[in-house]
Formats: sequence, structure tokens, C-alpha cells
Amino acid sequence: MSTVKLTINGKAVTAEVEDRTLLVHLLRDQLGLTGTHVGCDTSQCGACVVHIDGRAVKSCTTLAVQASGATVTTIEGIAKGDELHPMQAAFRDNHGLQCGYCTPGMIMSAIDIVHRYGGNLDEDTVRAELEGNICRCTGYHNIVKSVLDAAGRMKVAAAAE
Amino acid sequence: MSVEGIGASVVRKEDKRFITGKGRYVDDVRIHGMTYAAFVRSPHAHAKVKRIDPSEALKMPGVVAVLNGQQLADDKVGNLICGWMIHSKDGSPMKMGAWPAMAPETVRFVGQAVAVVLAESRNQARDAADAVVVDYEELPVVADVRAAIAPGAPQLHPEAPGNIIYDWVIGDEAATDAAIKSAAHLVSIDLINNRLVPNAMEPRAAVADYDAAEDHYTLYTTSQNPHVARLVLSAFYNIAPEHKLRVIAPDVGGGFGSKIYIYPEEMVALWASKKIQRPVKWTADRTESFLTDAHGRDHITHAQMAFDKDHKIVGLKVKTHANLGAYMSLFSSSVPTYLYATLLSGQYVIPNIHAEVISVYTNTTPVDAYRGAGRPEASFLVERLMETAARQLKVNPAELRRKNFITQFPYQTPVIMAYDVGDFNASLDAAKKAIDYDGFPARKAKAKQEGKLRGIGLSCYIEACGIAPSKAVGSLGAGVGLWESAEVRVNPVGTIEILTGSHSHGQGHETTFAQVVADRLGISIGQVAIVHGDTDKVQFGMGTYGSRSGPVGLTAIVKAMEKVEAKAKKIAAHQLEASEGDIVIEDGQFKVAGTDKAIALPMVALAAYTAHNLPDGMEPGLKESAFYDPTNFTFPAGTHICEVEVDPNTGKTTFINFVAADDFGRMINPMIVEGQVHGGLAQGIGQALLEGTVYDDNGQLVTASFMDYTMPRADDLPSFNVSHTTTLCPGNPLGIKGCGEAGAIGSSAAVINAITDAIGNDNLVMPATPVRVWNAVHAKQAAE
Ligand code: FES
Ligand code: FES
Repeated sequence: MSTVKLTINGKAVTAEVEDRTLLVHLLRDQLGLTGTHVGCDTSQCGACVVHIDGRAVKSCTTLAVQASGATVTTIEGIAKGDELHPMQAAFRDNHGLQCGYCTPGMIMSAIDIVHRYGGNLDEDTVRAELEGNICRCTGYHNIVKSVLDAAGRMKVAAAAE
Repeated sequence: MSVEGIGASVVRKEDKRFITGKGRYVDDVRIHGMTYAAFVRSPHAHAKVKRIDPSEALKMPGVVAVLNGQQLADDKVGNLICGWMIHSKDGSPMKMGAWPAMAPETVRFVGQAVAVVLAESRNQARDAADAVVVDYEELPVVADVRAAIAPGAPQLHPEAPGNIIYDWVIGDEAATDAAIKSAAHLVSIDLINNRLVPNAMEPRAAVADYDAAEDHYTLYTTSQNPHVARLVLSAFYNIAPEHKLRVIAPDVGGGFGSKIYIYPEEMVALWASKKIQRPVKWTADRTESFLTDAHGRDHITHAQMAFDKDHKIVGLKVKTHANLGAYMSLFSSSVPTYLYATLLSGQYVIPNIHAEVISVYTNTTPVDAYRGAGRPEASFLVERLMETAARQLKVNPAELRRKNFITQFPYQTPVIMAYDVGDFNASLDAAKKAIDYDGFPARKAKAKQEGKLRGIGLSCYIEACGIAPSKAVGSLGAGVGLWESAEVRVNPVGTIEILTGSHSHGQGHETTFAQVVADRLGISIGQVAIVHGDTDKVQFGMGTYGSRSGPVGLTAIVKAMEKVEAKAKKIAAHQLEASEGDIVIEDGQFKVAGTDKAIALPMVALAAYTAHNLPDGMEPGLKESAFYDPTNFTFPAGTHICEVEVDPNTGKTTFINFVAADDFGRMINPMIVEGQVHGGLAQGIGQALLEGTVYDDNGQLVTASFMDYTMPRADDLPSFNVSHTTTLCPGNPLGIKGCGEAGAIGSSAAVINAITDAIGNDNLVMPATPVRVWNAVHAKQAAE
């Protein structure tokens, strides 16, 4: 067993975990943050993506102990109170989700994509960058639309700050 | 149309919880004292189970129990069933082998469970499952249809000699043979419809909780039809009578058919929770999903289509071998028969059709309905034939189709289905226009100059949805009725709860169903809540599959609404001292037509519940229910056209454009309808280009992970050009046809027709991977 200390969605957290505990299981089973999902066992689907120190990471492929000392943001931590993150709003407005299972990972990956490209995205880039997130429902059409829409919204928000 | 009513692309009410991480899926459920289940699964495709030794596992930390199939049998838990009886052409009933939830004696596919470990944590359960020692005696394996039907092939089930489940026929063989014999042109084709793994992104899961004091079970499960699950668990598996079993399907992360069935794991979880007197959770990992979720498709077909000298179709003869896997899953028998061969007329006048379907057992995962279920296989066959015929007859493929289109409705096909309405020319024209079909030759010539091969392919599909008229399916062997139920509860403050037997696992019912109600009453969708997925709340329902929630589920709601409105009008008339016939409902008000007298819905509702001033003899309250049984199937249809470019040097296919012009009848929420089309197209294109399920000769599933099975990813697909033409379905009051499966039904033929057009070689099997395309290109070049 090991003790991990990390900041999750702005809150300091200390937890006792088995050494082999994956970050996704710490989040889901011990901390009750069930918005982060598990869709595979081979690090392929991206349902589990969270941000560690601001970068998108597959939490099914990260040991909880590896994240010790880090700042972790999950899908539960990106809205400001009742105000949705622009990426969340764009997914809703563009019907970028159906069953919602891939959605948290998609949104967390997409935010990272927009950050890395400074909002300068085109369809091909979004499609290439989303390659690590699988959705079985939407055919990606509206997910791509959502990300492009959010990129615009996030640019505007950044400019306003 | 009001801003939130029928026809409005309203954003979804349910989205907030999903985009904020507050969805509640089965694996999110935690119950105090919960244990975790891990199954011990066979590594062999066919073997005798000689001995199961749990002694090492039982010593491991956290292990509560190890249970096996013999104990299940001792407790008289029933075997899994197939609920649709098919008779062979000789009149004999289908040959169903026994399928125990955990095998006590014989395993017949890799991944079949033989025992289950219950432990305090997920990891402890898995560790211990690895430590259960099972001695197997391996038996010879049949891993595909050809091996299964070969003379002297190893037998899977004593009940099914030659591994044949049934040999079923439909249509007039003599007339079809005569038409073929006298035909001016005959087109033959051999096709494989590749096996697919549904892969809903949420793996299957179950949380079972037995309450000893009440002798009552609760099951949270990933189901498309919780009431059917309860019925089957009660009536056939002897878990508990229905009033002692509550089944809850909360948020469910996609289904595509794979979550219709009641699988061994859910049943074992329930049984085990009583055995150990603790709640039990089981969640599949992805490899378990690959091994145990019912697969889809898997046909081998030979077919002939006959034309007269004017290129009119005169006959179609089909022989299909369908692989149903090692056991007969819940609806497996109906998929390659009544959901397949009844659609072989396509959009065309075909006076004579005969089909023979031979379903066989193999040592593979069971096969059942997967998005489209039989109809994609039919559509792929008919549309590959039409395209091939056009090439052989050297005529334009669009015009050959047009010449043979059914234009008079209703139209009785020779294979049971009676199409009610449609306009196939309209969708063909819309799709041709959307893709600039007439400009294709110029684009092809230009691509050629750049060393690329351009191709264009059509698919004019039709399917049958709105499943299904109970009497009709009953006469064809179905074990259940396929009506739907609804209850409308108007609360005393005028808000409305709709209880429906449909189940939403991505389809957006919480929005679309509310839109229909809002539209009728002129209120906002925020005043309407949709309740579904819990057998304690909703009285009964048949669930969601076969694009039935619109045409069947919503119609049940409309029928219940009609009753509510009729009573509310009586109350309003009484309150307003007007005649009932003069009351109209507008903007949430009950108005006396032609006057300014009105009473708002909340006041009518309040009057119904205070009951201080109701018409004489009227019962208090405002709540009605309805069961709706459809009178016919519905027939969504349309045209998909795909334009691709193939690089002859690499075999890589690139999409230039993909258009779908669909006729779904009335659309409640076009945004959601289009989303359904996009998702279906991705699955059909996935089948055509990417998704191949590979078993080796030993029955090992080689493609049992996302590393090996190619799921469509964002960079594999284009954006889609989706449009609609409309003929209203006359069979239900909303005019809805259903839209959930069309994308998957029409698209694979369009893709393969486009690639084969590009490379000039019709000999190409799905999935058309770059290496297969490259080989086909080079085979063609070698032949020239
Ligand atoms: S669960 Fe992490 S990539 Fe699939
Ligand atoms: S919305 Fe269902 S998997 Fe993406």
C-alpha cells in the first residue's frame, strides 16, 4: 500500500492505495468521481482521459502513485459552478454525444487539443488528434463539429480574459 | 410547430448530466457490502470440463466464494433460451442445444464461463479467478460455417446433427427457378457478410442485490429492455417471480442490439447474491465484451438475380449459411430468417423470390441482432447484385435501379412484407443531386490524371422497423408480443410524467418524447419528465431495438395522451360551463373555441385532484395508460451514395463524399435523427472498410481487443452529407418510420460498390482493408 497526495479538481486529496491501483480506479472507486469511464483494457479508447498538470492523459494507463503530487482535473472539475466549460456547451449545442459514455474522455481530450493548437484547428487536425478516443454512437461527425465550435468559443473566452 | 414541439431540433435535456460527468451507469452503482465477481472462462473453443479445483483460490485474500455450473444446475436455475421458434423446410422445429449460464460439462466457445469467484475487491476476484484450476479435455473444433457443415465435422450439440440448427425457406422455389431459366440475363454473386463485434463503449455490467428479509432481488444492468430481462429471468431462468425481482437499466452506454439479451453473467450475479447473501457486482472488461457480447452478421451467400431483355428483374434466388455461434442467443434464430429474407425484395418489383437459410453451430461466440439485424445483410446482397448487374449489362446503375423501383403503394412483396408507402425516386434524386452524380465522370478523369482511381457506388436500401405487430410475429414464431406501453401522469400542479417501456441508451428519448407531449399541449419540454428503465416504476415494456421507440413507443404515448386530453377536456368544459366539443388545447390552455374563455392546464389538473367540482360520476385524478400494438412494420428507405478515391500503390481508400438521402417519415427532432444516421453510417462503413472478426482454426478469437479489431476512429471517417425526403407513414398517428438503423443498413454496399467501381474488380471482401484492395487492384492488372 502507498499513500498518494494529489490535488483533484482543486481539492487536496490523500488516499491509501494498493501499489497497482490505476488512477482511474482511485478516481472512480475510492473518490466517487465516476464521470471518468473505463471503455477498454488496452489504452485504446480514451473514455478515461483526465488532465494531469494540464495535459490529457489516459487514467487507465497511469498508476495512482504516478500521479502523486500532481494536479488532476476530471470531467467533474471543468465547469465553473453552473457555468459550463465552452467545450461542454459545444458538445451539447452540436449534439456531440448520444449515450454519453465516451463523452467525458472526448471533452477532456478535446480541451487539450484546443490548448495545444491555440484554437487554430481544422477538421482534419481534429480528426487526427481524436484518434485515441473511440465513440461508437456519433460517427464523430458532431464531435468534430463540437470541437471546432468550442475552439472558437475558447479563443473568444481567452481573448476576453 | 412550436419552438420545442415536433420538428424542432431542440438540444437534449439529458445532456447536462453526461457532459458534467454525472451520468449514472451500472458500474457507477455502489451498494454497501458489495462483492465483486470475476468469471473463470474457458481458454478452449471446445472441451470437456473434467475438474474444477477452487482450493488455491479459496485461500487467497478477500475471496468469499467460488461457485460453478454444477451448483447452478443443482439450484435448478434454467438454461438460456432462444425466444423465436423457426421451423425447417421439412417442418421440424429448430434444433436448440442446452446453454447453461456456467458450463458444468462442456465448453463450446473461448470465453464461456465455467465458474465465478466472489471477492471483496475487483482485483482480488480477478487474482483468484486466475488461481482456479480447471482440467479440460480438448475436443475438435469447428471455427466457421464451412468447417461446421463439412461431412464428418465434429458435433457441437447432440440435439443438432451436422451442426445444423434449421434449414428454412421462404418464397416460391419452382416459380423462381422457372423465371431464372427463361431469363435474358442472369447475374450471380458470392458474398461474405463479415462477422462484427458490437462494441458499445460501455461494457456490460450487473449489480445484483438480494434482500433476504423480503426474499427480493434488485438487478442494475446494462439493458435495452429491462422488462424483457425481468420476464426472462423470472419465467425461464427461475431466478424469482416477477414481483420479487426489480430490474433497473439506468444510463446505458450504447447497445446496438448487444444489450437486448439476457446473458449468463447477469443471471449468475443474481443467483450468487442470494448464495453469498451479499450484493454482487460484475463489470466486463473489453476482452470479455469481445468474447461474450453477442456478435453480429456472419453470412455466406450465393445468389442469382434474373433480368428480362428490358432489364426488368424477373427473379431472385438466394442461399445463405448463417453462423449462429456456439449457442442460440435470445433472438438469434429470427435474424437471418424473418429479419433478413423478408427484405430481399429491396426497393424493387421482383415477382419471384426464393431464399433458403441454413443456420449452423460453430465453436464461436453466439451471434444475434446487431444494429440492423438481418436487414443490412439483405440490403448488402440486393445492392451488390444491382450494382454488379448494371456493370454486366453495361447500363447506368442509378437508371437500372430506377427502372425496377416499386412505385405503387401499398406493395405486397413475395416475401411477406407489405410496403405501405415510399418514394424511392425522390430519395435517389436527392442523393444524386447532393453528390453531383452527373459530374462524376469529369471528377474521375481528373483523378486518373493524378494517378488515383475514383469510384462511385449507390445503395438504395429499404428496411422494416417499428417492430412489430404482435399477432404477425407470433404467427412467425416469436415468443413475445412486440407492442409498447405508456402511462401519462399529470401531476396536480400540471407538470407531466411520461412512463415508457422504451429505453434510451443514447437515442435522446428524454427530449424527443417530451417534444411530442409539449407539442400536443403547447407547453415547454421542461414541464415534461420521461421515466424509463425501471420495472418498479414502469409497469411493462418491450424496450428499444429495431428502431421501434418512435413508431411504437411514441405511439403508445400518443394513445395515452389522447385519453388524458379527453378527460381533461371534460373537466375544462365543466369548469368553463361549455360544451366538451368546443374545447381546444392551445399554449397550455383549454380554450372554448371562438371565445376568450380559457382555463390553464395546471388548473384543470388541480381540479382533477381536488375533485371538488368534477362532472358527475367522474373519477378523480388525471392519469391514463395505453398499450399500443402496431398494425404493420414501417419501411424507412433511402439512397446512400459514396464517392471514394483509391491509391493503386497502397490500396488505401479515401472518402471524397458520402451522401445519405433518407425517408424516415415525420421527424420529431431532426438533429437527433441526423445523429442516428451519422452513427449508423459509421458502423456500416466500419463493416465495409475496417471491422473484421478473425477466429483461427482452433476457435481462438484473434481480434479480441481494440488493438486487433479495427474500430472506426475519427480519422477513418468523413463528415457526412445527410438529407431527407418525406412520405408519412400511414400506420401510426405521428407518421414516423424510425431512423436508428438505416445508416448501418444502407452504407456498406455503397462503400463496396464505390471501391469496386474504382478498381474495376468486383471480387473484394469486407472489410476492404488496404491490402485486400491492393490485391484486387493488382489481380485486375494481372488479368489484363
Ligand atoms: S479505458 Fe483508458 S483508454 Fe480505454
Ligand atoms: S456517445 Fe456513445 S460512445 Fe460516444
